Amino acid sequence: MASVRALILRTAGTNCDMETGHAFALAGAKPELIHINALIKEKSVLREFRILALPGGFSYGDDIASGKILANELVNTLRDEIRDFVRRGGLVIGICNGFQVLVKMGLLPDTSGNISGEVEATLALNDSGRFESRWVYLKKCVKGKKECVWTKGLPDVIHIPVAHGEGKFIPRDRKVLSDLNDNGQIVFRYVDKSGAEGGYPHNPNGSIEDIAGVSDPGGKILGLMPHPERNFTFLQDPNWFRSQKIIKDAGVGLQIFKNGVNFFK
Amino acid sequence: MKVARDMKIEVRTRSEFYDSVSTKVKKDIADLGIKGVKRVEYIDVYTLRGDIRDNDAIKIASDLLADKISQEFVAGKCFSSKGKEKHHVVEIAYNPGVMDPVEESALKAVRDMGFVLDEIKTTKKYVIYGDVATSVIRDIADRILYNKVIQHMVKGEEEHKNVPEYKFVYKEVDILNTPKDELRKLSLDRQLYLSAVEMESIQEHFRHLGRNPSDCELETLAQTWSEHCKHKTLMGIVEYNGLIIDNLLKETIMRVTRELDKPWCVSVFVDNAGVIKYDKENNICFKVETHNHPSALEPYGGAETGVGGVLRDIMGTGLGAKPIANTDVFCFGLPDAPASSIAKGALHPKRVMKGVVSGVRDYGNKMGIPTVNGSVCFDERYTGNPLVFCGSIGIMPVDACEKQVDPGDLIVAVGGRTGRDGIHGATFSSAELTSSSEVISSTAVQIGNPITEKKILDTLLVARDKRLYGAITDCGAGGFSSAVGEMGEETGAVVYLEKIPLKYKGLEPWEIWISEAQERMVISVKSVNKDELFAIFESEGVEAVVIGEFTGDKQLRLYYEGNKVADIDMRFLHKGLPKTVRKAVWKAPDENGILSFRGKKDLTNDLLKILSSWNVCSKEWIIRQYDHEVQGGSILKPLVGAENDGPSDASVIRPVLGSYRGVAVSNGINPNYGDIDPYWMAASAIDEALRQITAVGGDIEKTALLDNFCWGNTEKPEQLGGAVRAAQACYDMAKVFGTPFISGKDSLNNEFNTGKKVISIPPTLLISAIAVVDDIRKLISMDAKAPGDLLYIVGETANELGGSRYLLSKGVKSGIVPRVDPEMSLSIMRKVTQAIARGYVRAAHDLSEGGLAVALAETLFAGGFGARIDLKKVPLSGDIERDDVILFSESNSRFILEVPAVKRNDFERTISGIPLGMIGRVASSPWLVVKGIKGDTAIKADLARMKKEWQKPIKEVMHG
Repeated sequence: MASVRALILRTAGTNCDMETGHAFALAGAKPELIHINALIKEKSVLREFRILALPGGFSYGDDIASGKILANELVNTLRDEIRDFVRRGGLVIGICNGFQVLVKMGLLPDTSGNISGEVEATLALNDSGRFESRWVYLKKCVKGKKECVWTKGLPDVIHIPVAHGEGKFIPRDRKVLSDLNDNGQIVFRYVDKSGAEGGYPHNPNGSIEDIAGVSDPGGKILGLMPHPERNFTFLQDPNWFRSQKIIKDAGVGLQIFKNGVNFFK
Repeated sequence: MKVARDMKIEVRTRSEFYDSVSTKVKKDIADLGIKGVKRVEYIDVYTLRGDIRDNDAIKIASDLLADKISQEFVAGKCFSSKGKEKHHVVEIAYNPGVMDPVEESALKAVRDMGFVLDEIKTTKKYVIYGDVATSVIRDIADRILYNKVIQHMVKGEEEHKNVPEYKFVYKEVDILNTPKDELRKLSLDRQLYLSAVEMESIQEHFRHLGRNPSDCELETLAQTWSEHCKHKTLMGIVEYNGLIIDNLLKETIMRVTRELDKPWCVSVFVDNAGVIKYDKENNICFKVETHNHPSALEPYGGAETGVGGVLRDIMGTGLGAKPIANTDVFCFGLPDAPASSIAKGALHPKRVMKGVVSGVRDYGNKMGIPTVNGSVCFDERYTGNPLVFCGSIGIMPVDACEKQVDPGDLIVAVGGRTGRDGIHGATFSSAELTSSSEVISSTAVQIGNPITEKKILDTLLVARDKRLYGAITDCGAGGFSSAVGEMGEETGAVVYLEKIPLKYKGLEPWEIWISEAQERMVISVKSVNKDELFAIFESEGVEAVVIGEFTGDKQLRLYYEGNKVADIDMRFLHKGLPKTVRKAVWKAPDENGILSFRGKKDLTNDLLKILSSWNVCSKEWIIRQYDHEVQGGSILKPLVGAENDGPSDASVIRPVLGSYRGVAVSNGINPNYGDIDPYWMAASAIDEALRQITAVGGDIEKTALLDNFCWGNTEKPEQLGGAVRAAQACYDMAKVFGTPFISGKDSLNNEFNTGKKVISIPPTLLISAIAVVDDIRKLISMDAKAPGDLLYIVGETANELGGSRYLLSKGVKSGIVPRVDPEMSLSIMRKVTQAIARGYVRAAHDLSEGGLAVALAETLFAGGFGARIDLKKVPLSGDIERDDVILFSESNSRFILEVPAVKRNDFERTISGIPLGMIGRVASSPWLVVKGIKGDTAIKADLARMKKEWQKPIKEVMHG
């Protein structure tokens, strides 16, 4: 069977491309790191891929606002190609800065599901007013029929790191928030170790309703602030030092990448 | 004809959303003791300059500049203030010539939207509501809203000035007719900071040539001969207590490396960083730099460019390494110092700390380099002259560690453009800071653009792996002058200065040549490779330009628009510097161990006080702002334990994902010991750095060291005497430990002149350690892990309270400074390493500041378990009859180890032959209870209380 090709999109300031590629490779995909300039030059290349990943980093320095300039660039240069990619059933994942880009270009949350590009939410400056790097717990919020492609098989509570300054998810209004809930688009919420609502710092940024990650209504486009590529092996998880050091292979984040690959198998 | 005009766009957070920027500013104002401010509103102002229609400007504002959800904007006007509430508006802009990174990316975004603008300027506006006098507003602005070194307050409409073109005039400096006694003055007036002797040898050289030097030539010599570039004090001649030392560094630090002759040392003291072996495919390199004086004047920009600079050192080592981790160590004044105690011309330590941390954070995070290790020392003498040590580790293929410049190679400048920023940075770093430094040296301070550097890194590694260039170095201190001068030392070089891309016009040739504008690298390229190389840079928008070529005539020739502006003999440039001769004296301090006060029976409060002292307290507020997980290689993090908030000893990363090999990094520093005897300070710093490597499971046989000397004015013999002592200790210790030095740096003249008195920093030596770890699965963290486990102390405790946190907390400055017995220390560390490698140890923590009491407290509250401890079991050296001495002495070479009861025999057999005491057991109850030597309770403290005291200070002073 042909391997699943994943396009890891790079630009000036992207800095989690290598480890995101590594996680996809471990999950069985064939990751390719491609600079946006090259993609704009040859837009049709996108058609050859099944997965589009927007990795973390500080695209264009996060000047003006996080992810804004890359979102603006994608909307103005590759909007049709990306729509086409999604319509043809491609999967998209945006991690941290990639999530900010997806939200700011209106590809997420897209409560109507028609890829209109309408901006319905934002990721604003953390309530603490500063960048914070820490491990948090996430609760998987949607199970069953509506479950997002990317979260299948994950345990209910997962341990994963965040590292961002602008991660406070704010939906435009009550309608968007209730649609998100009704459509099962709120994929992850920040919780404490036991899975309960925890407040700061369990919710590291002040996100409304502790939202950490959302998907489109179809569950094929996932955006999340935490970094699953920083927990693809037990060695990355700080809890390992306290857990009698039982050697396991995979970190909990790897399942997310595997789900992307398995979807096409 | 279309007329360029300005269109202002103002953007602010909608009132229904929480604005953390405004909230922070309001808190900072309250911290100044200023009352009456009701609220603050923060506005981003973008001035679009160019031919643009109103509708298009509104589209740019709505689609790009303002967030659609949380922000609102107005175009062509200002937000009207709400109601009739009394308010003041403060608008802050960058000074002309200061790079604004947002401008460049905003212009790109506007281009993506299909519009063309000439320029976008950004300013920040603060609307301060409340009944406050205008003079108070100015005070607020000066103290928290802007820094005049790089910014100014906007008054009325800013004039858009056209910078005049530069018209070439050949300028020479009349050194031939300058009398000898006026040469030093000439040097100072031109900010060359060369000594009279050095000026004389330049005079002599040009007399021989029968002409005066051009301004370019004199500047080139000043850069190349600067203390910063040549380390002329520590590599010069020192007359030490009557003994002549020719080249102190060579006789101590470099000598020990040569004598140890470790096969895994690949390149030491020659390249931009020291290189050691990592695995079959890769080597790693490590460098630590200081950026003290720029950080004193502009903490954010100074620290940012400090990180940017050390990253370029890594990118410029061999054929270029990829940075994989950063380390950062700071020395600041006291963050809670009363404003009235801060001398004119110095910034408040809290502001310095905030700015420095933000600068390190932004550059490291944006470049995608995990900042994994650091330390902070606080002392009031750092107020006017803080220290900022920026370190970086890189990885490179084993066959990319050598560089080669051949005659005929093209000289290519890569990266950022050149401006007037950073002129005289190299020479300025060797000058004393004064209350007027901010005025004369403002061009030496810069703002960095990490994304420009990231783009260089991304493309450079591709070009390196195709071997499209033969040599590389960074443009650091001295700019092109140093970079080209060094690369072309053996060949000669010719450079056409007008080919160097500029940020703006008007620069004189010598300014282009020595500017320290950031984010530039110089590479040496064979002309056959030029096209392929340039295509790589172009594909990701990196500017690269051929600026000249390496020749074979061993001359450095510079031209500007066809005019020769410099023609210097490379040999004179590099070898003509006369040896600096300095006197050094050292008088042994009068140390004694007699304590003039009685220790309390209950030492709980003493422990809590030390836990909440600036030097010991938690640095979590700083650490959390650094992304320590990026690149996915973080294994042992800087914060560890049940709640991930305990202080880790060394940090460990794994640069090659998929391998079980890792790199451990740690540091040792304690200037308080230096106040008593820099020899023992240096010995203690080395011991501390090695203890930390050992405590996590690293092996000192695979450990290399770096030294960073930061001293006061070494023209004062007693200051230099201390530096000689420290260097001698580096030799003595490293020789026994078997740990070579691979790189080092010194920053001398760290003093602040208030106008009334000169405040010198305490002698400060930072030792950084790096170790290759064979199997990261065997590492351990410092937090207690299981009730019932045994707690051991390893190593001897002596009455060594000189410079200790305990005595300093009592205001006592005497005492015996901790010694190091390197043979004993080595055997202790070897055995601890063995015990950990065999899996007998569940947690290990080294004893440093605050001694046994602090190490126990940290181990326990990080793990969430208590313990009952018996001081009678602590192995002592000499007669000690006081609990406080045992608990707070800072004797070196000691560890606390947690051992599962079932491993007791194996452990004790492994570690036999060294001082060892089983002092207690880990308990599930949340109390640390210490029984003193007479059987009384010396400490009874609960974990939550200890942790709270430890976490409180920085969190409180920084609000959060």
